[in-house]
Amino acid sequence: MLIRKPDRILGSEITPETVYYNRRQFMAASSAGLASLALPTIAKAGLQEDDEITPEEIVTQYNNFYEFGTDKSDPAAYAHEMTTDPWSVTVSGEANKTGTFAFEDIIKGLDVEERVYRFRCVEAWSMVVPWMGIPLKDVLAQFEPTGNAKFVEFETLYRPSEMRGQQGFFSSIDWPYIEGLRMDEATHPLTLMVTGLYGKELPNQNGAPWRLMVPWKYGFKSIKSIVSIRFTEREPLNTWKQLQASEYGFYANVNPAVSHPRWSQASERRLPSSLFNVNRRPTLPFNGYADEVAHLYAGMDLRKYY
Amino acid sequence: MLRQFAKPTLACALLLPWAWLAYAIYLETQQTGSGLGADPVEGLLHYLGEWGMIVLLCAFSVTPLSRRLSWPWLIRSRRMVGLFAFALVAVHAAVFAVFYAQLKWQILLQEVTERPYITLGMASLVILSLLALTSTRNWQRRLGSTWKRLHRWVYLAVPLALLHLLWLRKDGYEDLVVYTLWATVLGAERLYAWRVQQARAVITSS
Repeated sequence: MLIRKPDRILGSEITPETVYYNRRQFMAASSAGLASLALPTIAKAGLQEDDEITPEEIVTQYNNFYEFGTDKSDPAAYAHEMTTDPWSVTVSGEANKTGTFAFEDIIKGLDVEERVYRFRCVEAWSMVVPWMGIPLKDVLAQFEPTGNAKFVEFETLYRPSEMRGQQGFFSSIDWPYIEGLRMDEATHPLTLMVTGLYGKELPNQNGAPWRLMVPWKYGFKSIKSIVSIRFTEREPLNTWKQLQASEYGFYANVNPAVSHPRWSQASERRLPSSLFNVNRRPTLPFNGYADEVAHLYAGMDLRKYY
Repeated sequence: MLRQFAKPTLACALLLPWAWLAYAIYLETQQTGSGLGADPVEGLLHYLGEWGMIVLLCAFSVTPLSRRLSWPWLIRSRRMVGLFAFALVAVHAAVFAVFYAQLKWQILLQEVTERPYITLGMASLVILSLLALTSTRNWQRRLGSTWKRLHRWVYLAVPLALLHLLWLRKDGYEDLVVYTLWATVLGAERLYAWRVQQARAVITSS
């Protein structure tokens, strides 16, 4: 039986690639900074005046995706072994519409937007990336989460035959990779379900066919290649917290004042970085998105809830 | 043949990590990221650390190898291998001081005291510096029997370096398993050789 699937919406169909390059030139040239850009407010929130878009080849070749190996170059080398079509997603937990859905059916009819976000890894390097994606709140709304849904938990594909990092004997990670958000974080307008970058379809090494992007949190929160969405009443136990709770918390908000046991978080290396110009810059609270998200954590001790 | 060419051959082999590094830095001057990866500072730091570990284990292997193979002349290359290891480790630490601590001693002090893996790495470096400093014939003569005792501190420097790597690693321990096994075999050989020597001493004295 032949089932014809609807064509996947390509990022490039929505925003021509030239628009990026024009904007890139504009960003470089504009002394007035990004405030003068004719983009919707949300697309440039948090960006600083001197932020420049990181070259695409860095974003697609320098990745942490331990399912394909712990080296930064492993995902670009091996992620092509992962089948992303067909792709189904299981929705479960505290919602009215649960079950297993085809990825295409979930995103069908939803608008893909372009967002330029700062991206800060817990390892103290950072990038600026033009993502294409759908606000997570629009994705989640169609499943009609109930009042009991306080958190949402995501799971990455577990398929050792196609993800060589999951076969590793000397790995201490308990696959599949799990991440989660509080409902108010998940439905925040900045939180994006990414399906593309630089106007193109999302490459496997960046988490195809879709991945999360929470710009005010450390990169490990932005889980890739998602196959499960679960609405829960209790806080999910995310993979890195499970592995090393003293180092990685549930919230993982970018915070220069709270030092990670392995790395100082006071500053970051902005890629591209070179031996001759490290491009080090101070790290901003909530990665520069404090105006938009700080209120979510009002009254919380961010040293305790790191 | 082997005897004459051992040292120059070893020297050439030990220069290879530096030759590759020089080439990578040349590539970096041409285009950022082409030699040491998208985060070249991190690439440089890890490259030197990884090779420092390997060459340190090579230096640690010289005595057991010369004993097992009955190649007493191999010992004459031991200092050279050790100094190559020290050079890699010292530049590794210098890269950290320059690019990470930004040559600010407050940051450096904070890093060394707050991050246990850096504390351990630094302790290992201090030991290796002492050993490198006193590796000359002159110091060997001056220290007499103390020299041998001093240089036994390498038995601490190696595990400290291994712990340093273990502590900073997030996941993926393949290389670390190899290094640990390697060091354990060498340690066991030394222990065995020492026990044999003890037994012989007992036999000859009775």
